[in-house]
Amino acid sequence: MSGLCLGSMYGLIALGFHMTYVVSNTVNFSQGSSVMLGAVLGYAFAVRLGWPLPLAFACALMACAAFGLLVERTLVRPFSSRGSNAWLMATVAGGIVLDNVVLFTFGKEPRSFPSVLALKPIEVFGAGVYPLQLVIPVVGIGLAAALAIVTRRTRRGKALLAVVQNTDAARLMGINVKRTIAVTYALSTALAGLAGLLIAPLFSVHSDMGTLFGIKAFAVAILGGITSASGVMLAGLIYGISEALVTALLGSSHTQIVMFSLVIAALALMPNGLFGRAPVKKV
Amino acid sequence: MRVRGLLAGVAAVMLAATPAAAQDTIKLGLVAAMSGQSAKSGEAIVRGLSVAIDEVNAKGGLLGKKVTLLVRDDESNPAKGVVAARELVQREKVAALFGGLDTPVSLAIVPFVNGAKVPFMGVWAAGTPITRNGAAENYVFRVSAVDELVDNALVGYSIAKYATKKPGMILINNPWGESNEKGLKAALAAKGIPYAGIEKFETNDVDVVPQLTRLKEAGTDVLYLVANVAPSSQVVKSLDRMGWKVPIVSHWGPAGGRFSELAGPSASRVHFIQTYSFSGKLSPKGEAVLAALKKKYPEIKTMADVTPAVGIANAYDALHLTALAIATAGTTDGPKVRQALYGIDSYEGLIKTYKRPFTPENHDALGEKDYIFTHFVEGEILPLTQ
Repeated sequence: MSGLCLGSMYGLIALGFHMTYVVSNTVNFSQGSSVMLGAVLGYAFAVRLGWPLPLAFACALMACAAFGLLVERTLVRPFSSRGSNAWLMATVAGGIVLDNVVLFTFGKEPRSFPSVLALKPIEVFGAGVYPLQLVIPVVGIGLAAALAIVTRRTRRGKALLAVVQNTDAARLMGINVKRTIAVTYALSTALAGLAGLLIAPLFSVHSDMGTLFGIKAFAVAILGGITSASGVMLAGLIYGISEALVTALLGSSHTQIVMFSLVIAALALMPNGLFGRAPVKKV
Repeated sequence: MRVRGLLAGVAAVMLAATPAAAQDTIKLGLVAAMSGQSAKSGEAIVRGLSVAIDEVNAKGGLLGKKVTLLVRDDESNPAKGVVAARELVQREKVAALFGGLDTPVSLAIVPFVNGAKVPFMGVWAAGTPITRNGAAENYVFRVSAVDELVDNALVGYSIAKYATKKPGMILINNPWGESNEKGLKAALAAKGIPYAGIEKFETNDVDVVPQLTRLKEAGTDVLYLVANVAPSSQVVKSLDRMGWKVPIVSHWGPAGGRFSELAGPSASRVHFIQTYSFSGKLSPKGEAVLAALKKKYPEIKTMADVTPAVGIANAYDALHLTALAIATAGTTDGPKVRQALYGIDSYEGLIKTYKRPFTPENHDALGEKDYIFTHFVEGEILPLTQ
């Protein structure tokens, strides 16, 4: 159960990696920090300023989206437009800068984010869980499904797919490629922010809470085959559940060793990830 | 000729001025976590040291000089701790160093201070090998708990209070956890009690249910917990979800921060070890120190604000013991101060009256009898009666 919950968290963050990768061939390595930003802003608005939860959540997510736009404009576009891969380091650096800015402004101590959904455990199949742990997978899988529908059915979604298929052709068809990429970045960081808001009550809010999530989510994105949205989400769930199983069966000292070895083994056997398609080479 | 004379004069004045300025004060250094999840521990240590320094200075200082404190943040990072210790010793020429909460940081500093022959006074980190480091000339002393003795006390408490038959361990995955794994195993072996299992977890683990489930299925009847504030609270929250009401006997990790906020109402289930508590009836010395703290730090309003008391009390006594040694040595020279520390006969401190606190065989001023068990009640650490 706890594996399912954490797994959908990884999936949500990994979806962000997936989106920017398919649209622009770049990845935002500060996703982990966006998770933290969502949680910290949610805490600041809801707990410190006492705003009602929906308003606090909306503002936190909007701020995360704005952070995504900023990352794209200042850390990715200047490099990728010159064909340089320096966005890789730039986004890593951006994440570290954000972590430290939060350390100075938010403070040094971890704080607790109370939630009515994480007060009393309920019993499901003989195991106690917080209601929130059931909400998280529902939200995660629901968002993955919604994303799939939006991209196939709506104008904007189709424009997104067009950019994915062929940037130049899309530009010729009058699609604003730059804006599409920027919107994707905003969406992807908002997803990460949402993941942060969801996990906060189960965890504690502090400036380096996102780092490990970011790393695991990237492993998940690669494992799922970064080109497939449903594959990434599924890989997230598989990763989360296997993590819990390995800990339960073999003991916690083996978890990280086994998990990351499994990721490597899976990639060696299936270089495009579990659900990814091999890139078609056009001649 | 006159120019040269003038230059020589200026040079002489400068040469004379610099050391004179440096020698007007006796500098003491602190390397501790001032940021991150253990920030509150660093703040407590600074408060304890500062109140004691004020008392020393009010009585005319040391060797006729004022005592000042230089604080450096190690961010709980051993590499940063060593850099800070070097800077304090080599550039600032501190007479003695004080250490913070993190065992890995203190362990990293130990070889450096032994080489530099500067007394290093631990006031929190409890790792056994910090003071028992095997150096031929050991400059590391401690006024704090020692893992090995704490582990004895944890086992003793769980037998006396819960008559444990099969305890289990949930330990943080770092050198501190390892130090206690050894200590707990040894303490249990001495009592002839088998353990149900040993599980490790990471600082940033959200969910410890899988580990705890293993321990529960192995028949654990008392849980030994060794971890700092945030990870300890993840253990408590996971236990809540499982609905497992096992008694928790803990090292003092939870004392370092906002444990009752992070862990919720079940925080009070965790019974943890301390060396001092400002709650209840205080000795005259306790009253005086508390009054001084309130005067110096007006933000202290309730007892919840003098948490963690161990940081304050250990630091306070450690500073006075160090000052006593410097005063009797008549110098800040490291080797002589070390000898003077061995020579301290009796000192009436905050935690207890120390009788020969340090000998060449024993660099730990506090022992198993000085530990008390406490728990959190609404942000305040209260003593438990056994």
